[in-house]
Amino acid sequence: MKRTILAAVLLAAASGGAFAQDKVLRIVPHSNLAILDPIWTTAYMSRNHGYMIYDTLFGSDEKNQVKPQMVEDWSVSPDKRLWTFKLRKGLEFHDGKPVTSEDVIASLARWGKRDAMGVALFTFVDRMDTPAPDTFRIFLRESCGFVLEALGKPSSNVPFIMPKRIADTDAFKQIEEHIGSGPYMFRKDEFKPGDKAVYVRNPKYVPRKEPPSGSTGGKHVYVERVEWNLALRDAQAQVNALVKGEVDIIEQPAFPLIPGLKSDPNIVVYTYSPPLQYMARFNHLHKPFDNAAVRRAAMAAFAQEPFLKAQVGVKELYKTCPSMFTCGTPYASPTGSDIQSKSSMKKAQELLKASGYDGTPVVLMKPTDLTAIDKLPDVAAQLMRQAGFKVDLQAMDWQTLVGRRSKKDPPDKGGWNMFLTAWQGPDIWNPIANAALDTRGEASGWFGWGKDDKIVELRNQFMREIDDAKKKKLAEAIQVRAFEVATHVPLGEFDAPLAARKNVTGFFRQTGNFYWNLKKN
Amino acid sequence: MYAFIARRLVATIPVLLIVAVLVFLMLRLTPGDPAAILAGDAANTEQIARIRASLGLDRPIVVQFGIWLGNLLAGDLGESFYYKTRVVALIGQRLEPTLALATLTILVAVIVAVPLGVAAAWRFGGWFDRALMGFSVLGFSVPVFVLAYMLIYVVSLKAGLLPVQGYRRLADGFWPFLYHLILPAITLSVIYIALIARVTRASVLEALGEDYIRTARAKGLPEVRVLVRHALANAAVPIVTVIGIGIALLIGGVVVTESVYAIPGLGRLTVDAVLARDFPTIQGVILFFSFVYVLVNLLVDMSYVFLDPRIRY
Repeated sequence: MKRTILAAVLLAAASGGAFAQDKVLRIVPHSNLAILDPIWTTAYMSRNHGYMIYDTLFGSDEKNQVKPQMVEDWSVSPDKRLWTFKLRKGLEFHDGKPVTSEDVIASLARWGKRDAMGVALFTFVDRMDTPAPDTFRIFLRESCGFVLEALGKPSSNVPFIMPKRIADTDAFKQIEEHIGSGPYMFRKDEFKPGDKAVYVRNPKYVPRKEPPSGSTGGKHVYVERVEWNLALRDAQAQVNALVKGEVDIIEQPAFPLIPGLKSDPNIVVYTYSPPLQYMARFNHLHKPFDNAAVRRAAMAAFAQEPFLKAQVGVKELYKTCPSMFTCGTPYASPTGSDIQSKSSMKKAQELLKASGYDGTPVVLMKPTDLTAIDKLPDVAAQLMRQAGFKVDLQAMDWQTLVGRRSKKDPPDKGGWNMFLTAWQGPDIWNPIANAALDTRGEASGWFGWGKDDKIVELRNQFMREIDDAKKKKLAEAIQVRAFEVATHVPLGEFDAPLAARKNVTGFFRQTGNFYWNLKKN
Repeated sequence: MYAFIARRLVATIPVLLIVAVLVFLMLRLTPGDPAAILAGDAANTEQIARIRASLGLDRPIVVQFGIWLGNLLAGDLGESFYYKTRVVALIGQRLEPTLALATLTILVAVIVAVPLGVAAAWRFGGWFDRALMGFSVLGFSVPVFVLAYMLIYVVSLKAGLLPVQGYRRLADGFWPFLYHLILPAITLSVIYIALIARVTRASVLEALGEDYIRTARAKGLPEVRVLVRHALANAAVPIVTVIGIGIALLIGGVVVTESVYAIPGLGRLTVDAVLARDFPTIQGVILFFSFVYVLVNLLVDMSYVFLDPRIRY
């Protein structure tokens, strides 16, 4: 009793603040927020920051269907080359100025210089104009099958709408002002890098009437303030803080700590977002993986289960997925995956023998500090050794890996042969967004620089196709070819659940990390 | 004395310059590309190259060094690649938590360790002396993060007395400030209590064998006065030296404690900067740490004059 009173006295004396605690949502994000320009970088934290303060023209609902968000209505000409969009009424930036079509055009133009899908879309765009303050038009040189998919893409880089004066910033320079028309307003004066980021409710935001789903629907805000705790990065300390009620949500608790969280009656663990997919990526420029037959041998050795078991461990959080597109999304299919999904170590050994592999060691990069993927390279190394590869497993921190993977030098001169990574579902759920399927060789840019003209051609057809059934067929054909030439290896999917205090309610299926619709009781 | 201080301050300039050159070169030789980190996972090589150019990292190292040194001599530590904030401002933001934690830790350590060390020397060979020595070994041996988790479990999670994490600025009120610092300071002070208590015990023990102690006792002075006024005062130089080194180490070495307790101090800033290959921030922070080391050593040397009248500069 004495202890309880003492604790209460200590807490009461130490607490305080302008807002009642039930109006402040305290969140531990999955990483640090450093870059406040979600167009300048593809970092997920910057994207999540973007969703707090900006709004989007379209979004993707929980079934991955594109739905309007800032757009009220739109139409397309019979030849599919003229797209006309009308904005919703009442859209307003945080500085009180109305959102106009000029702002939209400037924002899209900047996004189109940075985002892979944006760049692809703008190869079709002839021009854009603004016949009225609430109307904008996109004129295409030829019909294009992914206009709405691009405008409604839910993950990095998201085409967020900014005021024109901000969106006119060079796409390769970071913006300095952080004003959007989204459900929260960023408090720059309270932003302390590495410590905390603060967002307050945008009282003028007019949510859509539809229920929230994915990145679409009504973005209702029921709290006054959201605080991202950027200093709390130790996994155990995060859990301690949640258990004690010092924070309300952990965005991505460490896998080994999830069973403990589930056993706490005051905490609920939600799987609220699409699964992530692990991927092994080859460097196509250098031996031995410049040879598709060698890549196929490695692919045959990479059964997904061992990777998932070693890395995730918690059975209900992972599943095998014999597709290069996120399972459960429109283009996902097992077609063509037999080389991996129905393979065996014996088959891998035979394929390697037949490939002409000359014993060149595979330089496999292992990030020791990234607990989300640090065990995958060990499994890959072991499986490849069993198949007959020589493997040089090199340990390094993730940031060294990130720097090194952009080098095109041979492996013995500071380059590499293979690394493993993880993608959030929306980043790989169609052939345009999936960077590993851009097989334009060194021109394609994404690390590994795969080259295959057939996939390039199929991808071009996919971009132009407007019929959904035909698009699905093309996506399937792209996947079949990608398995044939082993552009990369999908290694299965896993959920990254969120943990929250029981008194926080209103979670919904999302395509990112969104903090609207939440109530703190 | 003033000439000594001036000489020492002038001597810091070449020390800092050497540190600056070494840090600059080491960072450029270390693997890792700040541009690739900033660009994000899905960026392509062209985008990374453009970011590299915008940061000036595509220029020859000699040119980069010249620009940086020129700015440094003008008192400008540059802008963080990662946070797009002046490095001086970043250090300023993170200084208070680290200084507060270091100060409280040293206060707790000195207040606890010095009397314990004196008492152990006074009762040399007895149970208290042995117990203190045992505690010292334990204090040195238990990793800080283990102790932190144990204290959090008992004091915060079970007893619910103190918060498990976080920091409040002094401007938010003294009690909230202290409330969040008690547990981290206790955690961190254990190793310093062990260190200072051992040094105090050894120094006082040596002093207690001196003739002037025998004389003081023969004069019939009370034992407390003999211990404090005569033994401890004469044993102060090594104790102050250890405390000084402790302060310097604390300012640059509280990374683990800051991580476990989520204190946004200089330690965390350094780790984040290293992980992000944020060259300007790493260079700035290390220069700052070097300056603190030099300054603390100077203050310790100056304190000898007051502690031991025989010392003159």
